[in-house]
Amino acid sequence: MSENSMRTNLGRVRGLGSAKEGVHHWWMQRLTAIALVPLILWFVASLAGLAGAGHTETVEWLGSPLVAIAMILMVVATLYHAALGVQVVIEDYVHHEGLKFFWLIAVKFIFLIFGMAAVFSLLKLAL
Amino acid sequence: MAEFTLPANSKVKIGNTHKAPDSAKRVRAFKIYRYDPDKGDNPRLDTFEIDLDECGPMVLDALIKIKNEVDTTVTFRRSCREGICGSCSMNIDGTNTLACLKPIDEVKGTVNVYPLPHMDVIKDLVPDLTMAYAQLTSIEPWLKSESPPPPDQERLQSIEDREKLDGMWECVLCFSCSTACPSYWWNSERYLGPAVLLQAYRWIADSRDEYTGERLDDLEDPFRLYRCHTIMNCTKTCPKGLNPAKAIAEIKKLLVMRQ
Repeated sequence: MSENSMRTNLGRVRGLGSAKEGVHHWWMQRLTAIALVPLILWFVASLAGLAGAGHTETVEWLGSPLVAIAMILMVVATLYHAALGVQVVIEDYVHHEGLKFFWLIAVKFIFLIFGMAAVFSLLKLAL
Repeated sequence: MAEFTLPANSKVKIGNTHKAPDSAKRVRAFKIYRYDPDKGDNPRLDTFEIDLDECGPMVLDALIKIKNEVDTTVTFRRSCREGICGSCSMNIDGTNTLACLKPIDEVKGTVNVYPLPHMDVIKDLVPDLTMAYAQLTSIEPWLKSESPPPPDQERLQSIEDREKLDGMWECVLCFSCSTACPSYWWNSERYLGPAVLLQAYRWIADSRDEYTGERLDDLEDPFRLYRCHTIMNCTKTCPKGLNPAKAIAEIKKLLVMRQ
């Protein structure tokens, strides 16, 4: 905050007012977290079951409809959860307004690209 | 970016040592953060050796003894010396607390005394709480109601509703919790901090207040409220044993419930 500002302290604290936003972000972070509990457990157990399996076997497993659906759900939930989390980290620690803006946008694009690539790959194997 | 090291003019140097008299039997060293804005020197850590047989039980007793008998320039806030006024909040043995409620016996070895963390220091153990007080003002911590009070009596509240305020009215606004919170350290310009959010919930939870919705509107903000990441330092450090983290969780719950 600028030391030279002659604004009152209350004026500075009130600032631009409340954004009237944040519930959705908070709620989606919780929803994705709940969804990820069974999905990650299933994923880890499945990977353990695939130990020693070759390429063909793995691709075959990924291609079966139920596995493909669960995998897409897991990837989307993971990346959505991660995007929300990384956004919070940036808001916490990046205090340069320009850099903050850049990273908030970049993170959304990066996770969207990851998500699209993953979903496309899984569909390609399944369909 | 967040700052992880102190600026050059804030680095703490080794200060003066005041030895206990030779007759002292139970000697305890107090290392006290000293900063004098008029001198322009870096802060320093002075050591005071105190005879515990000649001193009251609390850290505040030792500070008062030091100020009375050793160095009158040691500066700190205190008033009630019984945990009600909230003035003597400081960082003792690495934890924010009230000096008047902290027994010297609870500290092993040297007693380190610093001002509340991550606030501007006015002098020695006195932090600048101006912005924290302005944040408290911003949540309008008083009863707001359109309905006039009954002409012949006070505003009534059921026993159950009154009990909802327990654990909140006891807050003495010492700001130990807010200044223990990393989220408040990094974003104190925009995050209200646990002390102020506890007060905000105190009025949201008051059955006599008619501005619950407006109060929630004003808090619904990624920074004002949602910088809280449930780190729980606030609850852990509160010298009055209160639970600001729970109050913040209740606010978040109400915001989901009204959707």
